[in-house]
Amino acid sequence: MSLLEIKNLHASVAGREILKGIDLSIDAGEVHAIMGPNGSGKSTLAQVLSGRDLYQVTAGEVVYNGKDLLEMSPEDRAREGIFMAFQYPVEIPGVSNLYFLKAALNAIRKHQGLSDLDAMDFLALVKERMALMEMDQSLLNRAVNTGFSGGEKKRNEIFQMAVLEPKLAILDETDSGLDIDALKIVANGVNALRSPARAMIVVTHYQRLLNYIVPDFVHVLAEGRIVKSGGKELALELEESGYVGIEEVVASA
Amino acid sequence: MTAAPTSFLERIREDAKQRFSALGYPTTHDEDWRFTNVAPIARAKFEGRTGLPACPAELPPGVEISKLTEAPPDLLEAHLARYASFQNNAFVALNTANFHDGLFIRIAKGAVIEDPIELVFESSANGHPTIAHPRTLILAGPDSQATIIESYTGNGGHYFTNAVTEIVAGDHSVIDHYKLQTESAHAFHVATMQVQLGRDTNFRSHSLSFGGALVRNDVNAVLSQGCECTLNGLYLVAGEQHIDNHTTIDHAKPHAASHELYKGILAGRSSAVFNGKILVRKDAQKTDAKQTNKNLVLSEDAVINTKPELQILADDVRCTHGATIGQLDTEAIFYLQSRGIGLADARNLLIFAFARDIVDRIKVASLREQLEQILLEKLHGSRN
Repeated sequence: MSLLEIKNLHASVAGREILKGIDLSIDAGEVHAIMGPNGSGKSTLAQVLSGRDLYQVTAGEVVYNGKDLLEMSPEDRAREGIFMAFQYPVEIPGVSNLYFLKAALNAIRKHQGLSDLDAMDFLALVKERMALMEMDQSLLNRAVNTGFSGGEKKRNEIFQMAVLEPKLAILDETDSGLDIDALKIVANGVNALRSPARAMIVVTHYQRLLNYIVPDFVHVLAEGRIVKSGGKELALELEESGYVGIEEVVASA
Repeated sequence: MTAAPTSFLERIREDAKQRFSALGYPTTHDEDWRFTNVAPIARAKFEGRTGLPACPAELPPGVEISKLTEAPPDLLEAHLARYASFQNNAFVALNTANFHDGLFIRIAKGAVIEDPIELVFESSANGHPTIAHPRTLILAGPDSQATIIESYTGNGGHYFTNAVTEIVAGDHSVIDHYKLQTESAHAFHVATMQVQLGRDTNFRSHSLSFGGALVRNDVNAVLSQGCECTLNGLYLVAGEQHIDNHTTIDHAKPHAASHELYKGILAGRSSAVFNGKILVRKDAQKTDAKQTNKNLVLSEDAVINTKPELQILADDVRCTHGATIGQLDTEAIFYLQSRGIGLADARNLLIFAFARDIVDRIKVASLREQLEQILLEKLHGSRN
């Protein structure tokens, strides 16, 4: 059985339908890229999977690890191994990165029936994963994302992912706003976390990220539907022809 | 004991008694009491109560604590009731007329007192509504340094604490004052702290208010030349609690700075008032005053009234003020949830974060820990 099985998913925001029947099946170990023009529903799909309540699911089902995902609270989804790297990471003044990560990791461990990680082990883990993301340790004591540059915020997302070790990672436009050096660091971090036990959904507008995070499958989303699926070469094809051809496909469908 | 202090005390008591008779309890028609209705206090029948607060058994060199009635008569006459005026404040008049005894604290010139001096005022109702009028006079000598904690607490029932504290900070002194108010749920608490700051003093007040059904704190400071005065406040109210914080910073002389930050958290059907008055007198050029009041409102039924009151008579000053009223950031809650942190924990984390900068300014580690514990318990309880 697939790790994630999305069937005929419809979702709306404020009465406007954004997702109009998504079907997608993802197995452990796979990296799926979801591409598409602005407004096609890429980010909506990511948000719906992570449990953002701004979106109403009006039809369809999502089965994750054999469970009804749509019935689960956002925190339970995270505890069951879903992680979304935010397109716009939220600043939380007054809460240190370190405290936040510890609270998150221990909440997930508790759900798994594990005891809290002791302070020394936690710090060792955090430092190791920070090195992976080439992040300065001073960021640990700063408030979550507060005053971080755009690049630091995105790196912080992948760093959190590295600490929390999800089963299904959803990267929502993690490349947006990154210069090439930051992009390489982020991609290296993501690649280091690829494993046969972990699946990833990489949502992106541009093919550029996929030069560094090479996907197993590419899906093109347009007007709330997956209009084309293929291997990594589909991304290159899109790079050359743009989304124009895709929009024609949708129009003639 | 000589007769002199008794007669001085008798005299001010009589004056205050007459003044209270003339003033009566304030009503919501009084501008200073517009949002705080003290009718429940005026209506209640209290029985008298005596008793002095608990204070440290052993005092470091340089600190002297005695009963007010046993204080040096000349100092008493020179300072007691000279700062906290009972002319326009009925509760100060009531306290002055009725305090049974109080504490006199003197910090010697040049003394540096490392450990905080903690005064614990504990009330008990004993089945009948009781009333207490704690009265404290603190004289800090020139060049002295000390930390004072006033802790007001109770063990249940209906009672009324009506406190007045006068602090006289000598030139160049450095004084940290903490007031921790954790009165019982049905208690009334009205308190005035009047601070007279000498030249180049550094005074920091931290007003931490959590308990009581009906609470009013007045903190008034008069600044001399070169003073630095910081007023911090944190209040957390839930259920039907009402809290009113009135502050007055009187910039009487030039080159003084005042920083004021009061933060409030309101849950349930609670209500809060913040009124921050800054007076910059004509002489007080180069004044630098900053006032901020931030409120976090956790329920739709809670009410906050916040008002800056600036009177600026000098022309070369910098005065800023700002007030905010906000709710928990739903994006931040979702972000925390998306990392596995439960909804209730996520909310509490953000509420703590809101209070963080006030908590971080508390230099007494034991008090900081106590405060975190109080916040935790109160947040836990307020969700019911």
